[in-house]
Formats: sequence, C-alpha cells, structure tokens
Amino acid sequence: MSAPAGSPQRAASARMQPRLGGAAASGAAAGPGPAPRQQNGPAQNQMQIPSGYGVYPQNYSAPSGHCFQGPGKMTSLPLDDQCGDYYSGLYAVPTQNVVTPKTTNQQAGAQQIYGRAPPAPHNVGSTPEYFQGAASSASHLYTSASQPYSSLVNHYSGPAMYSANSSAVSQGFPSTCGHYAVSTVSNAVYPSVSYPSLPAGEPYGQQMFTSQNASTVRPVRDNSFSSQNTALSHPSPLPPPPSQQYHQQQSLSGYSTPSWSASGPPSTQDNLVRNHTGSLTPANNNPTNTVADSLSCPVTQNVQPPKSSPVVSTVVSGASSARLPPTANHLVEPVASVTQPSELLQQKDMLSSSASSPAPDPAPEPDPTPAPVPTAPQPSKVAKPFGYGYPTLQPGYQNTAAPLHPGGQPCSPAYSGFQQYTQQYPGMNQLSSSLGGLSLQSSIQPESLRPVNLTQERNILPVTPILAPIPNLNLDLKKLNCSPDSFRCTLTNIPQTQALLTKAKLPLGLLLHPFRDLTQLPVITSNTIVRCRSCRTYINPFVSFIDQRRWKCNLCYRVNDVPEEFMYNPLTRSYGEPHKRPEVQNSTVEFIASSDYMLRPPQPAVYLFVLDVSHNAVEAGYLTILCQSLLENLDKLPGDSRTRIGFVTFDSTIHFYNLQEGLSQPQMLIVSDIDDVFLPTPDSLLVNLHESKELIKDLLNALPNMFTNTRETHSALGPALQAAFKLMSPTGGRVSVFQTQLPSLGAGLLQSREDPNQRSSTKVVQHLGPATDFYKKLALDCSGQQTAVDLFLLSSQYSDLSSLACMSKYSAGCIYYYPSFHSTHNPSQAEKLQKELKRYLTRKIGFEAVMRIRCTKGLSMHTFHGNFFVRSTDLLSLANINPDAGFAVQLSIEESLTDTSLVCFQTALLYTSSKGERRIRVHTLCLPVVSSLADVYAGVDVQAAICLLANMAVDRSISTSLSDARDALVNAVVDSLSAYSSTVSNLQHSVLIAPSSLKLFPLYVLALLKQKAFRTGTSTRLDDRVYAMCQIKCQPLVHLMKMIHPNLYRIDRLIDEGAIHVNDRVVPQPPLQKLSAEKLTREGAFLMDCGCVFYIWVGKSCDNNFIEDVLGCPNFASIPQKMTHLPELDTLSSERTRSFITWLRDCRPLSPVLHVVKDESPAKTEFFQHLIEDRTEAAFSYYEFLLHIQQQICK
Amino acid sequence: MEAVVFVFSLLDCCALIFLSVYFIITLSDLECDYINARSCCSKLNKWIIPELIGHTLVTLLMLVSLHWFIFLLNLPVATWNIYRFIMVPSGNMGVFDPTEIHNRGQLKSHMKEAMIKLGFHLLCFFMYLYSMILALIND
Repeated sequence: MSAPAGSPQRAASARMQPRLGGAAASGAAAGPGPAPRQQNGPAQNQMQIPSGYGVYPQNYSAPSGHCFQGPGKMTSLPLDDQCGDYYSGLYAVPTQNVVTPKTTNQQAGAQQIYGRAPPAPHNVGSTPEYFQGAASSASHLYTSASQPYSSLVNHYSGPAMYSANSSAVSQGFPSTCGHYAVSTVSNAVYPSVSYPSLPAGEPYGQQMFTSQNASTVRPVRDNSFSSQNTALSHPSPLPPPPSQQYHQQQSLSGYSTPSWSASGPPSTQDNLVRNHTGSLTPANNNPTNTVADSLSCPVTQNVQPPKSSPVVSTVVSGASSARLPPTANHLVEPVASVTQPSELLQQKDMLSSSASSPAPDPAPEPDPTPAPVPTAPQPSKVAKPFGYGYPTLQPGYQNTAAPLHPGGQPCSPAYSGFQQYTQQYPGMNQLSSSLGGLSLQSSIQPESLRPVNLTQERNILPVTPILAPIPNLNLDLKKLNCSPDSFRCTLTNIPQTQALLTKAKLPLGLLLHPFRDLTQLPVITSNTIVRCRSCRTYINPFVSFIDQRRWKCNLCYRVNDVPEEFMYNPLTRSYGEPHKRPEVQNSTVEFIASSDYMLRPPQPAVYLFVLDVSHNAVEAGYLTILCQSLLENLDKLPGDSRTRIGFVTFDSTIHFYNLQEGLSQPQMLIVSDIDDVFLPTPDSLLVNLHESKELIKDLLNALPNMFTNTRETHSALGPALQAAFKLMSPTGGRVSVFQTQLPSLGAGLLQSREDPNQRSSTKVVQHLGPATDFYKKLALDCSGQQTAVDLFLLSSQYSDLSSLACMSKYSAGCIYYYPSFHSTHNPSQAEKLQKELKRYLTRKIGFEAVMRIRCTKGLSMHTFHGNFFVRSTDLLSLANINPDAGFAVQLSIEESLTDTSLVCFQTALLYTSSKGERRIRVHTLCLPVVSSLADVYAGVDVQAAICLLANMAVDRSISTSLSDARDALVNAVVDSLSAYSSTVSNLQHSVLIAPSSLKLFPLYVLALLKQKAFRTGTSTRLDDRVYAMCQIKCQPLVHLMKMIHPNLYRIDRLIDEGAIHVNDRVVPQPPLQKLSAEKLTREGAFLMDCGCVFYIWVGKSCDNNFIEDVLGCPNFASIPQKMTHLPELDTLSSERTRSFITWLRDCRPLSPVLHVVKDESPAKTEFFQHLIEDRTEAAFSYYEFLLHIQQQICK
Repeated sequence: MEAVVFVFSLLDCCALIFLSVYFIITLSDLECDYINARSCCSKLNKWIIPELIGHTLVTLLMLVSLHWFIFLLNLPVATWNIYRFIMVPSGNMGVFDPTEIHNRGQLKSHMKEAMIKLGFHLLCFFMYLYSMILALIND
C-alpha cells in the first residue's frame, strides 16, 4: 500500500473507540480479499498486518465483560418477550369460551362455527398470528341453527364472526392449546380460513394478542373498548331505518351535523345512553334488528374507539363520537379491538346458552348479513360492558372465566380454523364505507348535484371533515365494497365511454393505500387460491355464481369452475355454499400463498444501515439519535429468528463492521478504494440480529463517539451505495441511507445546481429532475435484487434531493428530509427524526413484493404514481412495502362499457412478511357505470381527484416545467366547471356554479398551487420543493390531504359540548375553521393540523387565562419563542387542550411535532403560509382565484 | 458514381428497416410482458446511436450527391432522431427509460414511432432501388 493512501487511514483508525477492533484494508494496494478476517479472532487484541494489506492495529481495550456470549443467549429474546407478554396478558375469557362451547355443544341445533386446534406456530413468538383452529367441534358459538353465518359476508359487518375469530385467537394460543388438543380433528383436507392480523412480526404483536386483562391494565385500551361498546350498542336497539342512516352517516362522515341528529329518533339516544350505562337487558330481546344493525355493529365496534363516553349528552355524543378521522387509528390500542370480539363471543355464548333464542332470519342468501342480526347486535351490546371494567357486569364475566394454563404446545400446522387478529391500527374508514353505503343511497344524488354558487357561498368549507363519497351501488354490494381508505376512485360513478369522460373533464384514476394498517383482516389459508383462469383475478365478492359449480369472473367475464375445496366453507362447516366463503364475503382479504407464489424461499428480514460519518454529519449529531432509537427498538424490528442486520459507514472511505458472533467486539474494516468497492468479509457484515445482539449494541453505543474528531468532509455516497447493493444482493431487504450533504466523491457525485437567487422566481424553476442516472440505475439494480433503499436526508444546505431521491423512488423506498437538521440547535427537527425513526423501525414491512392492479375489461391503466418500478404494464415491483406508502393510477376507458353496469378494480399485493411468510393481500373495489354526465358529476370524489391531479402535476413539472403544471392545475378547474355549467342549461352563465360534489375543487386546487411543491414567487428552496413533490407522489390520500389543506381549530375556548370520550378523557371537538386570517382573532389561540406538524398560534391579546392555564406562562410576553410541548397543568382548559391534541396525534402513525407560534414572532410566517385562502404577494386569495376562474370560463 | 451512392443507401436502408423491425418486435415483447422493461430499454438504447448515425449518413449523402428531393424527404426524420437524442433528460437512462416507458402511453408512442419509421424506410427502400436501377441503366 502506498504511503499517502495509508496515512489518512491510520489517522482515521486512531480516532476509533478503543472497543472497536479495526482492520483497514486498502483495496487499491491489496485487491479484494477477506484477509482481515482471520486476524480478528475474539481473543486477539492485536492484529497482525498481513503483507499487502493495509491493516492497522487499533487501540484495543480489553474486551468488556459481556462481549462473549453464546448465541443461544440471545436467540429468542424478542420472542420470549412476546410470549411472556401474551401470557401475562391472557385473561380468563378464552377459557370461558372453552367452557361455553361444550355446553352449547349439546344443544340441539347448535352450530359449530369452526373447529379449533392447537395452534401450530412456527415459533413461540409468532404463535399469535398463526393459530389455525382445527375443524374440531370445540366451540359452538351459535345456538340457532338457522343462522347461516352470514355475518361473514363482509368482515366489517359480522360481529358474530369476529367474536368467533377472536375467541379462536385467544384460544389458539399455546397456553390454551391444551384444552383443545382433544377436540382436534384433522382437517388438513379442508381449507383453513383464518383471520389473523397481518405480519406477525410487528412490534405490536404482543398487544394484538393480549387480551382484556391487558386492557384493564392499560387504561388506554379500556377506553377504546368502552367506546366500542357504545358504538356497538347504537344500532341494535334501533330498528327504524332513519336512525340507522343517521348512525351510518355519522360513521361515514365522521362528523355530526345538527341535521343528522335530528333524523335520529329519540329512542336512539336513549339506547345510547342505556348502553353506556351498561344495562344489558332492554335491548337484547329486540328481534327487530335490521340488516343495518348487524352491519353497523361490528363496524362501529372496530372503527371507533373513541366512542366510549357514557356520559355524553345523547345526540351530540353520538354524532361527535363518530368524529374520529378514519386515519386516526394508529393508536396503540389495537388490543382493544382484538379482544373485543372475544368478548362478544362470550356474550354471545352466554346469550345463546341462556336460551335467548334469536329470531331466525328467514331470508335466504345470497345476502347473508341479515341472518346474524339477531345474535350479533345483542351480544355486541352485552359484550362490551363485560370485559371492560363495568363493575356491575364484571362478576358475571368472571363467572365463566377460568385462568388459562400456558404450556400447550402447538401441534399440527395443517388444521383449518378461523381466527381473527386485529392489525395494529384500527381502520375506521374501512367500516365506514360499508356503513355509509346504506344511508346515503337516496339522498346522495340530489345533494352532490346541488348547484353551488361558488362566489356567493361564503363558508364553503364544512365544519366537519369531508369523507369519501359512497358509490351508488345496491345495498349488498355497498356492504361488501372495499374501504375508501385502502382504495378510492376519483369518480365513484364510472362514465360509460371515453367520450363521456372527456366531456366531464375530470381525471379518472385510483388512489391506493394497499398495505395500510388494518384492524380487521380475514386471512385465508387454503390449498388452492381460487382465481380466474384467463385473467388471474382472485375470486372476490363481486363475482357471480352461475350455479354451484361455476363462477363468472367480474373482470374478464370468463366462466370458471369452482374447485372442490372451495365448496366447503370452514366457517360454517357446511358444504356447497361457495358464495359464503370468506373470500366472497370480504373485499379485503389476505391469502397465505403456497410455494407456487415463490421464486425462491421467502427471504429473511435484512436491514442495512448506511451512515454518513463525515464532518458534516458528526457536526449535525444525528448519529446519537439514530443509535439511541435503534438500541431502543432493536427488539421491535419486524422479523423472525433469521433477521439480519448490518452497518456501513462512510466518509471519503467506506467502513464495514464485522459483527460476527463470537467476536469479542465489533471490528471496523476500512475500504479506501472507492472506485472499485469490494466487501472485505462478505459473510460477517450482515449478521443475525439475535446471535450478535451484544456486538450490535456495543457498536451502537460506540458509534456516536467514534468519529467525533473527524476532519473528513467528503462524502462517498455512491460507492457506499454500491457496497450496500453488493452486500444485500444475495438476500434483498432494506437499506437505510443517512446522508447529510452533497455526495462529493466517487461514482454518483453531484454538483450544486441551485441558484439561491432563483428561489423566489416566478418564471422558471430548473433542476427539478435528477442530474445523473447513477441513482436511478442503482435503484433499478436494487429493485431487481429485492432491495429497497430508504433515504434520510439531514442536510443544512442544498443536497440535490432530486437526484438522490431516485435511489428510493425506483426501489420502492421512502424518503425523509430534515432541512437544517441539528441535534441541539434545532430540537424540533431532532424530535421529528426521533419520532419518525421510531415509526420507521417498528412499522410493519413486506419484502420482495409485487403489486398487480387489474380492472374490468374495457378500462386500462396508463400511468402509475408512487415509489416503485413498473415491471410490466400492470405489475409494480416493490422491493419493500410499508404501511405508509400510497399509490395512484390513472385510468382510461378503452372500450365502451355499455354492456356492463358495474366495473371492478382489484389490487393484489404479494409480499413476504417479516416472519418469512408469503402472503397476498387483495382489495377489490366495485363501482357503478353511468351514462349521463350529471351522474358522473354526482359521483366525484373531490379529495381523490385532487390527489391524483397533484400527482399528475408533479410529473408534469418534472417532464416539462413548473409553470406548465400550474397552468394545467388551473385548467383542470376551469375545464371541469365550465363543462359542468354547460350541462346545467337553466342557469345563467355569468355566475360560477359547481355541483356540490365539486364545490371544494377550486379551493383545493388553490391550496395545491400554494404548496411548496408548486408555488412560485415565494422563496422556496429547491430541496424543499423536491421533497414536497416526493411526498405528493408517495403519500396515501389521508396524509396528503392534510398536507394540502390543513385543519384549523380554535382552541382557546374549548368546550365539552359535542365532545367525545376516549380513554376516560373528554376530547373536545371544535369546528373546522377556514384557512384564512380573517378567522384568526388576536383574542384567540388556534391549532393548525398540517399532518406532520402542529402549530399553535397565540394571538397577541389572547386571554391570559388561556396562556396561564394551558401554556403555563404568566402572560403573552413570557411565552418562549421555541416552545414544542404543552406543560401538563392541572387545569380544565389545559386538560381539554392536551386531550384534543393527543387525540389528533393518536390518529396517525407519526406523532407530529408541535410548535407554539406567537403572534409577531418570526416563526409565524411558517404558520401563515398555510392560510391558503388569503392573498400573498405572489398568489391569489381564494375569492380572487374564483374570479380568475370565472374569467377563464367566460373567455 | 450515382449507382454507388444508391447501392450504399439501399444497404443502409435495409439495415434501418431491420432495425425498425427489431424495435417493433422488442417493444411488442414488452407490451406482451415477455421481457421486462429494464432489459427492453437497455437493448433498444444500444441501437439508438447506430440508427441515428445510419440515417444521418444517408441524409448527408443525399445532400452531397445533390439529390434534393430525397434529402428533403429524409431531413425531418433525421432531425427528429437527433432532437430526440439530445432532449433526453439528464436523469434518464436513454431515449427509452425503463421507469418511464409504461407511463403516459410512452410505450404506445414509441411503438407508433417505430411503425412510422418502418413505413418510411420501406418507402425509401423502393425509392433507392428504383434510383439505383435507373442509375445502373444510365451507366
């Protein structure tokens, strides 16, 4: 090795921490080779320097005591934890179930839902997900023979099913296995249908499986339970359709309006109250439950945790309780929903055994929902109070309960069963769609078409959040349809021909959030996955059964045979009812895929961290936060016993870390040949997380201080990425890149392209596209090897995000950007990084995924938006999939759809879970076809349309220019409104008219034009702009809408009226304010929810009481400039404010950072830029924008 | 001399015809999902420059040999080839970019373009053939 090359290395190694062994191999002189490895025996403190290798002895300290550890020591740490948690959390309920089934067993006409068998988990830790009940007769949940189990029809609606499932879950645990082993019947023959929560590996797994005990322990969960109780109880006593409607609307819209409450009959209210208080008796015997009831029960149950408040005044409470935004459910309270079903089950059991015979529903299939009604609602009503700490009921509950004995080991994996797990985040919308389906039927048409004079309407923004419109389908289909949270179309009424679509001048496309965290997900294990033979569509609720033996595909209309296996329904244990299988009753299902769906054995979870340790990075101090986060979440990383992890750091050289088990300390291997990067020891750089945990912890503890004195300012990102690719290519997995500056060395080096003087230019914004194809090529290589690259850019200066982002865009990674990050000078960014890292590290992940989107013949997809690589016309290649990724697809109508009244879209996401299981998640959406222009306008989903337009505008601004994109956005409004006004003949054309469904369209487009991504004239850094564009492309709709149009609330006068109750806390529900300074008064304080950040703006003459009670400062002047937390004060207003903010935070996966902004502080521009209805020096106010549009239309 | 010019043009045109056919086949393979976008694009991008050179050469040859009509006929196509090559954004991997080709109907427009070129080259082929025969007879 040449001397000049060697000396810097020596210097570098000298500054390493004593605990790290170091081996520096200079590739230039030595050529690739794993030579250093042999010197690194654990006992060796000194390295020998092999000739030809630049290896430098490091300062070795004596290995710390815990360095040596047997692999066994750490193997199943996390798993055990889970188990332990589970056990401890087990409540008695399951046992109860055990008992009850037996009793019910003997009853004549008792129906067995499904058998249970001991779970056959892969390993203890994963048990929960995998429990497969055998088709044994262990539990008979329903006594009424006449019940066809129709509750299964859609998984939202069937409380019975859920309860059953959940019970199965709880029983399925190893602990309970013992009880069931007896009853095991080998049903390997039958397909097993299980309803597990998705990937088992998630950190939330424990919670999912803990049962009510756990919930009682943790107050939070209790709450959600109780809330569900109320939610449940609503429907049951209320046979009258109007009341149902009312409820559904609530759940749908999430917000109550006075008019709605009016529609609810008083009885509803009463019931509500009653239920809250836990009186079981009154409602139970009510035989008049309607379909809606059965439907809505489960829905509300799962969906609306916050609904719990017994205290709330009747009308308001009901309404307001529904107010939880759909997305909101990321609360840590998945448990609640899980357990809940079991509760239900119990209740049900009890009910049935206590001989309250439900009125059998005479209605024959195909709509099974009505059937469960009698049982379902009642149990639900009863159920809640039981488990959830309603003192009066508790005893009864405990009666049946007996402690579980852990210890039964899972035996046979092949049992069929049926189980249900909740996913970590309850998905509210899922349910709301099905709920809402009923209500709006007749009313939606006129309302959405009501012409609105935009210039006259002063308060265009409703005071409650806008919810997705419900497709105008018949009842059955509405219930079955996919949740708008997962799957949305910009037009809920599909035009019949392309000509009609062109006439309407509206964008047609789909918005997908396929891997969303779900509360309920039927998981189906079956030997054969039934698919159309010609188009390969998965069987779904919208296929038609021609007879018992044949079904007709709803996408290509081919007639297929029903396989023999499919004739058996494991849920009802009946034969010959293929239309009642869960696949046909749920529009969102997950299949456990067989080996046919694998090109290779499922990969383990592999995580590689590529960290910038140049001077800039050390200065910013992100390493401390990252290492801390990793240390905290090491056990929560999704994965199984095969999980592997590795670290690479780089400045002008690349440092690898040998973490091979058995070493006394981590060893650093330096490769300085960045032109031809090689892996010094290919086998020991990615190590098993459990076997080498101590070494990894050592490294993470040492890493933040290892480079403190570095003077290396260069960054060889490109070579480091190449090394990462080489490291990952045998397995695939996730690469997390942390970068703090412009890459300045080796392949992929970039130059600064931003001209700061052009930041506020109104004309041309250049350099929105990448400067080099290096990162794109690398991403495609990675994608081919099933590796995703996630980029964390923590930079204070321009770093050419538009080029760097390519590495994530095309490898299905995600991008995080922290402008002007500094761990101490910028605490809010540091906090943000911390929070996002926590979510990032612990969220669910799917590997080697592909997603295929199919649609009915006649429609075709032509453009995709999101982070992925389009491998063929309809196949998206996703190396990784995460729950925060959204996608959009543009559609065109190729052939006329005159011969069909319905079109369907199906996305199938095939992925490997972190537990090494191949799974397919299928969503199916069904929409009606219409032939009149008015119907097309009636069905516009304005939020979806805006998100699709935003995606298209990003493409446009990159491919042509920003001003072009802005014009296109304005034209989209102008065209659609003028097209509409030309259809409405009787109105004078001088006024600006929009259908009610489109009334927010101009507002949203204006909001888009004022986004960082598209604004001109306001100083915007290029990287900020590019980042905003990246976010538009890859965020799911719910998050994107908050970013485009934030919510503004006045919070200085929060009152309890209309409040909802969550977790024993009263959460006030202030109305939405429009985003205009005219709403801000100096006397008030306002909260703005921008999705990823909260601002609290405090007016200058704000009430001192508020400042004292909530902010904890004596007066306005003493409020600190940088305030990011509200003090926990023991005052009513502080409590209200905090509970409101906590509630908002709990509604999303990331908890946003809070900024308190004083009026007249410099930070207020941050706040005021979101007031999009106001005029800025560079942009229209809303009213001016309307006038501008009107002018354009008249032209 | 004239004959030589047209013999060369004829050969060149044959090559271009084959190239167009190759483009069409590869693109339709992609359309039918027989190959993936990555390999399709890298295959096609390889031939962009040869095609450009081949066609520009004939065009210049026609200019030099003062065949104005044929030159003017070829000029738009040659210009388009050059324009297309120059206008590739810096971040793209060539005229055919695997990440873009499925978006905004690009595949279809590439297909259409290849078809038009095929037709154009066939037309040229017969024109050169005719001119060559004429030139040989005149000789």
